[in-house]
Amino acid sequence: MITSLWYSSKARGLAIQIALLGGLIGFAWWIGSNTVDNLIERQIKTGFDFLTAPARFPISETVVTYSPDDSFLWAYVVGVANTLWLSMITIVLATLGGLCLALARLSSHPLLSRLASGYVTLFRNIPLIVQLLFFYGLATSVFPPPSRAISVMPGVYLSLRGVYAPSLTLGPGSGLFLVVCCLAVLTAVLARRSLRKHLSAVSSVAVAVIVWIGICLLGWLLTGRPVGLEMPMLKGLNFQGGLQLSPEFSAIIIGLTLYTSAFAGEVIRGGVEAINKGQWEGGRALGLSERQILFRIIMPQALRVIVPPMTSQYLSTVKNTTLAVAVGYPELGLVVNTVINQTGQALESILIMLAVFLTISLSVSLLMNWYNARIALVER
Amino acid sequence: MANAATPPSGEKPVARLVKLLFGDPLAAALTLLSAVLILALLPLVQWAFVDAHWTVAAPEDCRAGGACWAFIGAKLRLILFGLYPPQSQWRALTVIALLLTLVLLSLSPRVWGARLLGIWTLGLVVMLLLMRGGLFGLNYVPTSKWGGLPVTLLLAVISLGLAFPFAVLLALGRRSKLPVARGVSVFLIEVVRGLPLVGLLFVAAILLPLFLPPDWTIDKLGRTVAALTIFAAAYLAEVIRGGLQGLPSGQIEASQALGIPYWRMVWHIILPQAVQKVIPPLTNTAIVMVKNTSLVLIVGVFDMLSAARSAATDPMWPAPSKEAYLFVALIYFVICFAIARYSRHLEMGVKARNRT
Repeated sequence: MITSLWYSSKARGLAIQIALLGGLIGFAWWIGSNTVDNLIERQIKTGFDFLTAPARFPISETVVTYSPDDSFLWAYVVGVANTLWLSMITIVLATLGGLCLALARLSSHPLLSRLASGYVTLFRNIPLIVQLLFFYGLATSVFPPPSRAISVMPGVYLSLRGVYAPSLTLGPGSGLFLVVCCLAVLTAVLARRSLRKHLSAVSSVAVAVIVWIGICLLGWLLTGRPVGLEMPMLKGLNFQGGLQLSPEFSAIIIGLTLYTSAFAGEVIRGGVEAINKGQWEGGRALGLSERQILFRIIMPQALRVIVPPMTSQYLSTVKNTTLAVAVGYPELGLVVNTVINQTGQALESILIMLAVFLTISLSVSLLMNWYNARIALVER
Repeated sequence: MANAATPPSGEKPVARLVKLLFGDPLAAALTLLSAVLILALLPLVQWAFVDAHWTVAAPEDCRAGGACWAFIGAKLRLILFGLYPPQSQWRALTVIALLLTLVLLSLSPRVWGARLLGIWTLGLVVMLLLMRGGLFGLNYVPTSKWGGLPVTLLLAVISLGLAFPFAVLLALGRRSKLPVARGVSVFLIEVVRGLPLVGLLFVAAILLPLFLPPDWTIDKLGRTVAALTIFAAAYLAEVIRGGLQGLPSGQIEASQALGIPYWRMVWHIILPQAVQKVIPPLTNTAIVMVKNTSLVLIVGVFDMLSAARSAATDPMWPAPSKEAYLFVALIYFVICFAIARYSRHLEMGVKARNRT
């Protein structure tokens, strides 16, 4: 009887699982009771009451309005907003950069593909935080003060106090201008379609672009020049007007983008290379140009391979923004750190941070699984 | 690809190159773009090599422009060994040498096995004792004084080494038929992978002392090792799971039919084959972990990067942060690039063996 129980895989499985579950519950209970003892012994306040109290600490940069009188809860929201803002900009820039890198590496051009592969090797093998600190060091100790700022492009200046760039000003009537621009796109597309029969592909696109620019320009003049660029102007010792990006923000955006582009580029290249060579050969046999094959045949299929690793790349970008702590940009990690220093309620603060990141990660994963199931090849 | 581009007979190599670079408008534009990019890099080369100051009499001499590599020379001790007592510095140097020797010894897959594992364990214990001292007349150095390259290397090796057994357990658990084991593994893996390492380091640095009985004290270095281990275990588990999935089920069925006990089957049959299949992602995780050790700077552990950062704050030198970080970047690059190259070499070996 007992020997048959010992050799029954079902009974063994049950016993193992009960032992595992028991051990885990015991472990969790042990940690829980230790924590409670420690909290009592060190007289640490617990609970989430502090969230409604005024935060009383400044946050240097915010994308939503914030003042020190706002509550701790709002300070967290500001941190999350900054994290998402950084992630969004980086993801857009790095995807574009990655696409350029992938195309460069895939090209048969010997110089360009070697340059791109050198870039990827270099940036992938250096820790992101080293790159961030390097760029931050450049921004805060090497660049000159605003009065002697380096001009990299007309209107774009690098200085000790950050990057200055032209900003977009939207006056009254800019909504109307936007509508005109959209209509212009429509007109240009229609114009190209009707011209395609009479002109070559290149010249019909050129005509369409000229039509589009012309209509937009006309609309801009007629609506009273609502949209303009405000240039940063040097007045005294500092710049006035335009867009000012702090050294912290600039360093993080540049560092994160350069680093993430290298990874995104490899993901895209891997996807394109995963497509069967026969697809290229088939396209060539049909007389399509290399560009047509790449964008019409290869890319749509490669997307299926690219999307899952790209998603995890995007997720690690969101997680990587926490490194902004090292250069002092107030994203969620830094806000949490400040709150811990202010209130001493480390347990609650860190739990909030973990909860935020878990929510982002798990919801994106779920979304991706759904998307993957949708675009997966239906094989018969 | 090289075969595909074989030139038609009679065409000279120069003509072929010209055709490749300027054959059509797109190629010419790309050549121009590459040329502009290369030209843009030239000032950098001039800064780093031509105008550079390799040795200076006084820090002020570096103000003339050009890279100040003399700064690295002056601060080399601080960056490589941190606050480790100078008279015991040979111990830190020996640790690095020992680690390099062990790595070189275990390069060939032929020596992999239980004996090598034993040697590594012994080697790591010797290294830790050497760093710590307090034995055989070596003076005691608390972990708060450890720093620089030995800390970076030890953090990477120890966290990966400790993580591997956990990762195997988690991967087997995730593939297990037992629902509790599977559920627990999935939960642990997904939660850790969903969190940024900085979050885990915060937990380890701030919350871990709260989780343990009051009389247990783990110093800061131990806590960071715990965080890095948990992080590495979750990522390694997913890699190993990939290898397990690629394993033909006949292997397991055959070993069961032969009556081989479960753990022996794991050690002798499953793991060797599964690991062989996932060498590229495994080494990738190793590279990621080497890079991730630099994050311990955020919780105040004095690794090589923190040492470089504190060296760069010396007001005697004119703005030396770029040289300091470039030097650190170079060391990380050499380590990670070497691992990547080694991975490619191993992969070639596997491919060659599969072909025969």
